[in-house]
Amino acid sequence: MPLLQIDSLTVDYPTRNGTVRAVNDVSIALEKGQTLGIVGESGCGKSTLGLAVIRLIPPPGVLTEGSIRIDGTDVVHLPENQVRELRGKVGFIFQDPMTSLNPVKRIGDHFIEFMRAHDKKISREEALERSGKILESLGILRERINDYPHQFSGGMRQRVMIGLGLALSPKLLIADEPTTSLDVIVEAQILELMNKLKKEYNLTLILITHNIGIVAEMSDLVAVMYAGRVVELGPTDRIFENPLHPYTKGLLESAPNIVHPERSMHPIPGSPPDLISPPTGCKFHPRCPHAFEPCPLSEPALATKERQLVACHLYD
Amino acid sequence: MSLRSYIIARVLLTIPMLLLLLTMVFLITRVLPGDPVLLHFEKQAKPEAVEEFRQRLGLDKSLPEQYVDYLTGLLRGDLGRSMQDFSPVGQQIFSAFPATLELAIFGMIIAVVLGIFLGVRSSKSYNTGEDHVIRTFGITSYAIPVFFLGMVLQLVFSIGLHWFPSGGRIYPGGEPLGLNFGGFHLQTGLYTFDSLLEGNLGKFVQSLRYIFLPSLALGLALCGIFIRLTRSNMLETLRLDFVTAARARGLKERTVVYTYALRNAFLPILTMMGLQFAALLAGAILTETTFSWPGLGRYLVDRIAFRDYTAIQGAVVFFGLLVALVSLIVDILYAYLDPRIRL
Amino acid sequence: MQKERGRILVQLIPRFVGLSQRGLAGWTVLIGSVIVAAVVTMTLLAPWISPRNPVAINVGPILASPSNEFPLGTNHLGQDMLSRVISGGSMVLQVAVISVVMCIVVGVPIGLLASYAGGLTDKGTSLVMDSIYAFPGLVLAIAIAAMLGRGVLNMSLAIAVVYVPSYFRIVRSQVLTIKELSYIEAARALGAKSRSIILKYVLPNVVPSVVSVATINFADAILTAAGLTFVGLGLSVAVPDWGWDLTYGRQLLPSGAWWVIAFPGLMIVLLALGFTLIGEGLSELWSPRLEH
Repeated sequence: MPLLQIDSLTVDYPTRNGTVRAVNDVSIALEKGQTLGIVGESGCGKSTLGLAVIRLIPPPGVLTEGSIRIDGTDVVHLPENQVRELRGKVGFIFQDPMTSLNPVKRIGDHFIEFMRAHDKKISREEALERSGKILESLGILRERINDYPHQFSGGMRQRVMIGLGLALSPKLLIADEPTTSLDVIVEAQILELMNKLKKEYNLTLILITHNIGIVAEMSDLVAVMYAGRVVELGPTDRIFENPLHPYTKGLLESAPNIVHPERSMHPIPGSPPDLISPPTGCKFHPRCPHAFEPCPLSEPALATKERQLVACHLYD
Repeated sequence: MSLRSYIIARVLLTIPMLLLLLTMVFLITRVLPGDPVLLHFEKQAKPEAVEEFRQRLGLDKSLPEQYVDYLTGLLRGDLGRSMQDFSPVGQQIFSAFPATLELAIFGMIIAVVLGIFLGVRSSKSYNTGEDHVIRTFGITSYAIPVFFLGMVLQLVFSIGLHWFPSGGRIYPGGEPLGLNFGGFHLQTGLYTFDSLLEGNLGKFVQSLRYIFLPSLALGLALCGIFIRLTRSNMLETLRLDFVTAARARGLKERTVVYTYALRNAFLPILTMMGLQFAALLAGAILTETTFSWPGLGRYLVDRIAFRDYTAIQGAVVFFGLLVALVSLIVDILYAYLDPRIRL
Repeated sequence: MQKERGRILVQLIPRFVGLSQRGLAGWTVLIGSVIVAAVVTMTLLAPWISPRNPVAINVGPILASPSNEFPLGTNHLGQDMLSRVISGGSMVLQVAVISVVMCIVVGVPIGLLASYAGGLTDKGTSLVMDSIYAFPGLVLAIAIAAMLGRGVLNMSLAIAVVYVPSYFRIVRSQVLTIKELSYIEAARALGAKSRSIILKYVLPNVVPSVVSVATINFADAILTAAGLTFVGLGLSVAVPDWGWDLTYGRQLLPSGAWWVIAFPGLMIVLLALGFTLIGEGLSELWSPRLEH
């Protein structure tokens, strides 16, 4: 049984000007120990998807349809107190480490509070001891546990966030753009760290990012999202060797290629669609170089083609 | 910067402002009216009597001399002498002060507790009917003169329902004696506190009954700004990343709202408490008059009726110094609570 | 000139109606304006709409509770409360208007000049203004009013001194922000004189903030004037005044004569509330908070 099973998930945001369908009929299965990379432009719904798994869709967003099962348990209909329990078993790392920590709480207190919220029997000293060990494994000096967030650099704060995410040995870890706010060198360090921890904790990891390079490096499975839908899904090496969806091809071509640096980068023309009044049919068709008659008429379904799943009329 | 150096810097900053404040009061009370002595004697009085009067109060010297006397006197704690009976103003002020302090404390507690409670509720039920009702209440409470509110409370709860006394601080003979243990004597002048020190529950309850209406009037009049401040700070803070991150870790909503959101939103509330202290004193003056509360406010108002200008000056100086002291304490407290501000 | 005024007025009307489209903030300004306009109109028309002479004593029985003949009752001098309430606003409004005008005339120019000049002038003036601002307002007003004596001008002056720093500060903060903006530098680079820079660029940007402060200032002035009356520094007894009724009515409370204070008090609250609503609404309209 897959650790995470998402079926036909749909999340809507009612706004003054209309309803935004941030996540549109998404289905993904993730086995234990696998790493899933969700990649797409800003606003494609990947963050909302990640937050939906821990039932933290920011208001006024609502989960209109679909189910999310973690280890068989349906998350969507859990009562409030069990949702909190769930959040102890699924770690979440936020994008901006500068603002994700409580400025008036010491780092140690973040850990202690977290641990004690999920296990009332644990004592302060024990929690402190365990937190110290975690911080050390992340490359942070144990004494710094008494410092405040503003005394840490961005990279170190993200390590703290990762530490918090892993503190209760979760089954699943979701990282939403974990390195986007960091500079390149620190980013590399963090990614290396995450790789190490992945093996150490035998983590099932969801990595949400707009950076296709990170996905290539870290994940087993890739899901490409556009305008709230998964347009391509499959094993990483397959997707990179043989991208089927025009958008995936576009993403790969717009990224710098270290193997073939002489190849020029082609940005995808146009801009992401307005989700209040999106294009008809396939939402990518206005920007697609291969668009033809059926594209504006109907939304292509996700179907299997050459060991990947792709939603495109080219492959119907 | 460590806390200590921040404190030193802050104290040094206060000195020029204090000097300015004292000079301002001097200019208003000695220079502005022309001759405070003549103002005091409305009717014509014998020139010799006036001259003697002037000498006794030190008002016959030249203005610069008076200014120096005034400042040096203050350093000694001398706030001048009353025109009515030449008794030291300082003493009169110090005996009236505890009553005002007690009223101010209770008033501020009511204002802040009410303000925070309603502010948090308002922020959590954002844009619903409850939110609008609370906000309207906040704005209206600002527009009501505190003495009018006091009178309305008197009418309803005192004269009408007889639940609370309509004036004064305690029933005759009920003044608490404080702590008397062996030779050790401690009396703060705050009736509620002193009656507890004395161990007299009856007096304690009575002192609460007497202080309830006046502090309620004061608290209601001031809570508006705390409601608004708490609400807007909470709205902002609840949206911040670390609040969402805390929720993502499965912490209880109550923990998230109070120890994450409110604790961060609280610091501006603390500063506001300091800023509102001045308004609190102003409100206390009016409330004390309404409820015949024997504090500094009523002292000042009485002195006005007696045209006792030297006493008025002493009282005004005292008010100014008090406010300056409180804002200094609040600033230091803020630096202590928010480690970021010291850097 | 008449044509200009007429044109402006005609333009204002749809603006006012348009306010109701601007959401909650617009409605707040609208309601506040209606309240203020109503009270001001009532006060201006008082000599004609007041049923009886508000100052005449013994027009009715002493301390009569509200009835058909005397809808708001009578006070201890047998004066008709309805007439007193209708006419009682003139003193308060005069004091408020004069003090606000004084504040603007003094506070805004000083704010503009000191902050634009910068350096020692700025620091010195700021220090003085901060000292006044930090001082408990009513206490300062009491001190000044006590020394100056009774009278509309004196009371207005006392109140004005207390509130000048508010204008100074808001003007100064605006000027400091604007000073840094590049179009000022561009103007200076083109050789524009300081004075014209202030008048053409800085002043128009400062106007909205000043108006906001002024409306809240009106409310505060009204409340402070009432407060000063209450502590015995009010105006002469002969003129009908809500503040005076409140002050004297206090002594009548034990007899249960609630109508003597209730209605004048309510009028003060209404007027202050009206101005506060306008001020709140305006500041919301002009700098809307970023909400979803």
